[in-house]
Amino acid sequence: MIQSFGWQSVQFLFHGLVWTVGLSLCTFVGGGIFGLLFAIARSLGPNWLRALVAGYIQLVQATPLLIVVFLSYYGLSFLGFYFPPLAAAAISLTIYATAFLADIWRGCIEAIPRTQWEAADALALSPFQRLRYVILPQAFQISLGPTVGFMVQIVKNTSVTALIGFVELTRAGQLLNNMTFQPFHVFLTVAAMYFVVCYPLSWWSEKLKERKHAGTAH
Amino acid sequence: MPALRIENLKKSYGNVPVLKGINLAVENGDVVAVIGRSGSGKSTMLRCINGLEPFQEGTIEVVGHKLDQSRANLRELRKEVGMVFQSYNLFPHLSVAENITLAPRVVKGLPRDEGSALVREVLSRVGLAEKADAYPDELSGGQQQRVAIARSLAMKPKVMLFDEVTSALDPELTGEVLKTIAQLAEAGMTMVLVTHEMGFARRVATRTVFMHQGTVWEEGKSEEIFTHPKTPELKNFIAPDLK
Amino acid sequence: MAYEMNFTPVLARTPELISGTIDTLILSSQSIGIGLTIGLAAALLRVDGPKWGAVVSATYVEAFRNTPLLVQLFLLFFGLPYMGIRLTANEAAIFAISLNLGAYSAEIFRAGLLAIPKTQIEAGLALGLSRLQVMRYVVIIPALRIIYPSLTGQLTLTLLGTSIASAISATELTLAGAKIESQTFRSLETFLVLAAIYITMTFVFRFLYWLVGLWLFRRRVPKTGSAAATLTLPREVES
Repeated sequence: MIQSFGWQSVQFLFHGLVWTVGLSLCTFVGGGIFGLLFAIARSLGPNWLRALVAGYIQLVQATPLLIVVFLSYYGLSFLGFYFPPLAAAAISLTIYATAFLADIWRGCIEAIPRTQWEAADALALSPFQRLRYVILPQAFQISLGPTVGFMVQIVKNTSVTALIGFVELTRAGQLLNNMTFQPFHVFLTVAAMYFVVCYPLSWWSEKLKERKHAGTAH
Repeated sequence: MPALRIENLKKSYGNVPVLKGINLAVENGDVVAVIGRSGSGKSTMLRCINGLEPFQEGTIEVVGHKLDQSRANLRELRKEVGMVFQSYNLFPHLSVAENITLAPRVVKGLPRDEGSALVREVLSRVGLAEKADAYPDELSGGQQQRVAIARSLAMKPKVMLFDEVTSALDPELTGEVLKTIAQLAEAGMTMVLVTHEMGFARRVATRTVFMHQGTVWEEGKSEEIFTHPKTPELKNFIAPDLK
Repeated sequence: MAYEMNFTPVLARTPELISGTIDTLILSSQSIGIGLTIGLAAALLRVDGPKWGAVVSATYVEAFRNTPLLVQLFLLFFGLPYMGIRLTANEAAIFAISLNLGAYSAEIFRAGLLAIPKTQIEAGLALGLSRLQVMRYVVIIPALRIIYPSLTGQLTLTLLGTSIASAISATELTLAGAKIESQTFRSLETFLVLAAIYITMTFVFRFLYWLVGLWLFRRRVPKTGSAAATLTLPREVES
């Protein structure tokens, strides 16, 4: 039992940090896969599919993440499924990240000039080949900065799952605070740990955006 | 007392001197053309006169307001000095009338109901009386530049500075702007123009200053400067125009 | 085992839902007012201030953008008493959300300020305007126009982010919902109703931002023959 804030506390928080990073990676992979499919469907699909995906993006972006998390955790378990906090956390964050990544990537796909499509057409590429060899590689370049920027949001958003009892970094901080009653030390350390993960990502994102601007200047 | 007096003006960017001690006096009603190659410091000197560029040494005096390195008196001086830029720099979100009345209103406290009279007065001087309600993006480059001149006139400046005001214009639009400036000259406005229009400088300017390597290399009556250049640098510079 | 939805017990608590919604609107508008003021000040300090000001501003922005709002809330609500500052849950919520929005909006404002050409500022100065007057009359409206979409997007995120304040029991909609959920055991229904209310609020606000935008940038569209109009022509011919 930890009684006051010290080296043991930092180790305890570090375990939480590992879960935060793990959950962030799951979310990024899940949100990335669905986000890409949704982005393609949103910008290139038939009209009904575009409308459906647009509706999904609009609704999720207009709902607080905390409500999405609660709906997954409390709500769906009543439908007969039981979700342990980890699964509920991963599912709700994936639902959330999918909407935002799909929106970001749709913008990147639509930023590719029409002339590129025409050039690919003129070379007799099939629709799939057009995407695979001409459009997506260019959209990928543009998307790097915003995507890394959104990874920062994902890492920070995992903290909300503390409120359904998933023991990641923030929840670990709450537990530690209940043991030590030293909230200032505890939460400052928690904040510092998030910062150590997020700041390099933010910095990298800015670099990528600058490089993009430098690239388009020519 | 001269309308504008520059004494020993020195400026450098880091270790690179751009102005190496400029002395210049402009009398009331003078029209001074400043010519020279790019990099000779002529635009920098003009930008120093109304404080857009800080400088390290010397003083600039306009109708009794003295500007030095301390940059005190800066706004007092700017109220007396109008400036027109190469890229017009009209405010895109304001109409022509609003562009013109902005500074008189907020700097000099011009009452709102006197605004439209002022707009009419200065616009008629640049021949654009009917454009008061237009927005900058509805005007041609030449018209925008004339509005910029009107905007500057609205502050009733004692001295006006023109920084290569026709360089960004198509040749067919240059004429209307030069004509407007010539009319101001006739009306007795004291002006300093940095320009590449040699013919215009020779015709309209009472005096011409040739700048070279950050100094006033040669100056005198415009006719004199263009017909009897003394230094080889000036001869070289104006040679193509004399052919 | 099929689960039967029953909204009746939740809807019976409509008065609480309404007052929760009002509390959320109050919390949001207070935080937005303070947050945007902080953001503008931080942006000006960074762009136009002395060197130390730029360092202070950048440190603040990075610290708040790279840590979660929930942790900021905990730090201010549980941690500040350690320094002798005791805040109510609602005060801590306003404080944390404002500082959070301040950091994000500072970056947005900064982008807007930097997007205005330097020549516009020089033209204002040359006309005798003070730096403050140049900001007010020359820079703000065109800059606001450039950043308006990202700024209003951020305000939406702030509105939705207030739900996190329920974690320290600040009075707002999600707390009201949590109370209803714990008493009716109708979790799915409760949170669906909350989601519907938040979605409605978001759409209403987006519409209001659009109206405000129309008013703020009420300049008419250029009449004819603009370059943009001619450039888009070939596209339309094709489709």
